[in-house]
Amino acid sequence: MAKVVYKFGDDISTDAIYPGRYMATVLPTETPQFCFADYAELNKNLNSGEWKNSVIVGDNNFGCGSSREQAASTILGHGLIVIAKNFARIFLQNAINLGLNLITCPDLEANVGDEIVIEETKVVNKTTGKSFDTVPLPEARKAIVEAGGLVPYTRKKLLEKNKK
Amino acid sequence: MTIVEKILARATNQKSVKAGDVLEPAVDVAMSHENAALVINQFNEVWAGTGLEPVVWNPDNIAIIFDHRVPAESSKTATNQKKIRDFVRKNKIRKFHDIRSDEGGICHQILAEYGYIKPGYVVVGTDSHTTTHGAFGAFAFGIGATEMASVWTLGNILNVEVPETIKVVVNGKLPSNVFPKDLILYLIGKISAQGANFKVLEFHGEVISNMSMSGRLVLSNMAVEAGATAGIVPADAETERYLRAAGVTEKLNFVLPDSDAKYSQVVEINAGELKPQIACPHTVDNVKSINEVEKKHIDQIVIGSCTNGRIDDLEIAAQILKGKKVAVGTRMLIFPASWNIYKDAMKKGYLEIFADSGAIIMNPGCGCCLGVHQGALGDGEVALSTTNRNFKGRMGNPKGEVYLCSPAVAAASAITGELTEPALGGK
Repeated sequence: MAKVVYKFGDDISTDAIYPGRYMATVLPTETPQFCFADYAELNKNLNSGEWKNSVIVGDNNFGCGSSREQAASTILGHGLIVIAKNFARIFLQNAINLGLNLITCPDLEANVGDEIVIEETKVVNKTTGKSFDTVPLPEARKAIVEAGGLVPYTRKKLLEKNKK
Repeated sequence: MTIVEKILARATNQKSVKAGDVLEPAVDVAMSHENAALVINQFNEVWAGTGLEPVVWNPDNIAIIFDHRVPAESSKTATNQKKIRDFVRKNKIRKFHDIRSDEGGICHQILAEYGYIKPGYVVVGTDSHTTTHGAFGAFAFGIGATEMASVWTLGNILNVEVPETIKVVVNGKLPSNVFPKDLILYLIGKISAQGANFKVLEFHGEVISNMSMSGRLVLSNMAVEAGATAGIVPADAETERYLRAAGVTEKLNFVLPDSDAKYSQVVEINAGELKPQIACPHTVDNVKSINEVEKKHIDQIVIGSCTNGRIDDLEIAAQILKGKKVAVGTRMLIFPASWNIYKDAMKKGYLEIFADSGAIIMNPGCGCCLGVHQGALGDGEVALSTTNRNFKGRMGNPKGEVYLCSPAVAAASAITGELTEPALGGK
C-alpha cells in the first residue's frame, strides 16, 4: 500500500519533472535531488525522504517533451509509483528501460492522502473502496521489464550475438 | 504501406510490415549531443561483466554534436564534454562536431547541412527533436540514453512497434505573412499536444510540395509537440536539391507511400485561411491566432534554435529589422542554428542589421531555448520566441512566460515591444 502525495494536471513535461538547468547532472545516483525542483513542497518532501515510495498521480500526456532520461531516473530514485491516464512515448520507454513503475489507468479516481494498492490488472483505492482497470504494457515492452530493464536485456542480446 | 511501414520493412529485410508489428530495425544514424556522457555510462554498464571489450557497433553510423551548453557553462559540463571527446577518439567516431566555428552548430542543423541523413533512413537521437530529420523522408525519432547505449552496442533498436500514421494534407497557398512555423503551430493546436502520441505524421499537399527543405525541417522538428513519434515529409526533387548542395553524391532512394496506404486519420488544412499563430503559455497546443493576443508586452525576443534559426529565418528578420531599433524595454537575442548559417548571415549583412538594431547575436547552440545557458527570464517576464517549447520553466524560470511564434512575428514584435502582426512576409 502506498499513499497518494501529489496530483498533477495534463501535460506534465520533462522540464517540470527535471528542469533543463540541471541537465549537466546525468548519473542516476545524482539526479534524484532535482526531482520536480520547481515544485518546492514536493521536492522538499522527496529529498527529506518523507514521501519515499509514495504514489504521484498524473492526468493525460504525463512526461511529454524532452528525451532526457533524468526525468525517469530522478523519479525512480525516490521509489515513486506514477499513475496517469496516459504517458508520452519517450518518457514511457525511458521508464521501462530503467525499471521505473508507470501505471496507465485511464479512469482512476484518487485524491491526495488516499491509500492505493497496485494489483496485476487494476489499481485499488483502499480509501474509497473503488478499483480501476489498468492498461497492460504491450508484449514487446514486457520482455524488457522481465529482463530487469534495457541494460540487462541488451547484455543478453550481446552475449547471444557473440556466441554466433 | 505508409512511408514508415516501408522504411521499417527495408530496415528489417522484409517485404511488408504493418502498424503494430514489433521489429528490431537496423539504425542508419544514431545521434547524441552532450547527453552522450550518460550514454557512455550506460554503454559501459551493458558491457560490464561480459568479459568483452566495449566497442561501438559501427562508428560511421554514430554522430555526436556539442550544442546544448557551448562553450561549457560549468566545470561539470566541461568535464562531460572532455569525457565524450575521449570516447570519440577511442572509438574513431568521425561524425563528431566539437565547439568550433568551422564545424559546429545545433545537432539537428548539423545532421541536415552535412548531408548525414538520406531518404529512407532509420535515425535515432537522444533528443526529442530528432523528429526534424523526417523532413528528408526518413524515419527519425527521439530515444533515451539507455536506449542509445543499446543501439551503440547492437546496431539495432530493440522492440520497436510500427506506428500508425496520420496523414496531414495542406492545400491552398500560405498568405505572405504566414510561414511553416504558423502551419505547424496551427496543426498542434488543432490535434492537441497528445493528438499524435505514438503515431507518425505524414505531410502531403501542394503547400508541402512547394515548401523548401528549410520549411519542412520546421514541420518535422515540431511534430513531437503533437506527441508524434516522427513527422515525415515524402522525399522529392527539393530533398535531392538540398542534399546535392550539401555534397551528397550517392544515389538516393525515395521511399513513398503506396496509394492504398492505411492511415489512422486524415487531417486537412486550407493554408489560405491561416493567420500568424501564437502558442501561448504553458503548452505548445495552447495556440491562438495572433489577433487574439496582439499588443501583449514582451520583455525578451528570441530568434534561433533548431526550429527557426536557419538563413531564411534570419533573412526575414533582417528585412523587417533593417534600419529599425529594438524597442526600449525589450531585449532581443538571436542565435543562428549553426556556424555555417552564422557566417552566411555575416556575408549577407544580416548580422550588421541585427547589431545596429540593438539585438544581441549569440553563438550557435541550444542557448536559452531550454534555459540551461544564458538568456534566462526574470520573475514575471514574458518571452516571445521562435523556439519549439513553452513549458513552464522552459526558459530557465518557472515564473516566466514563453510565447512561440514565427521569425517574422518575432522581428515585428521586437520593434514595437509588443506582440505584433508582421505587415509583410513574402519569401
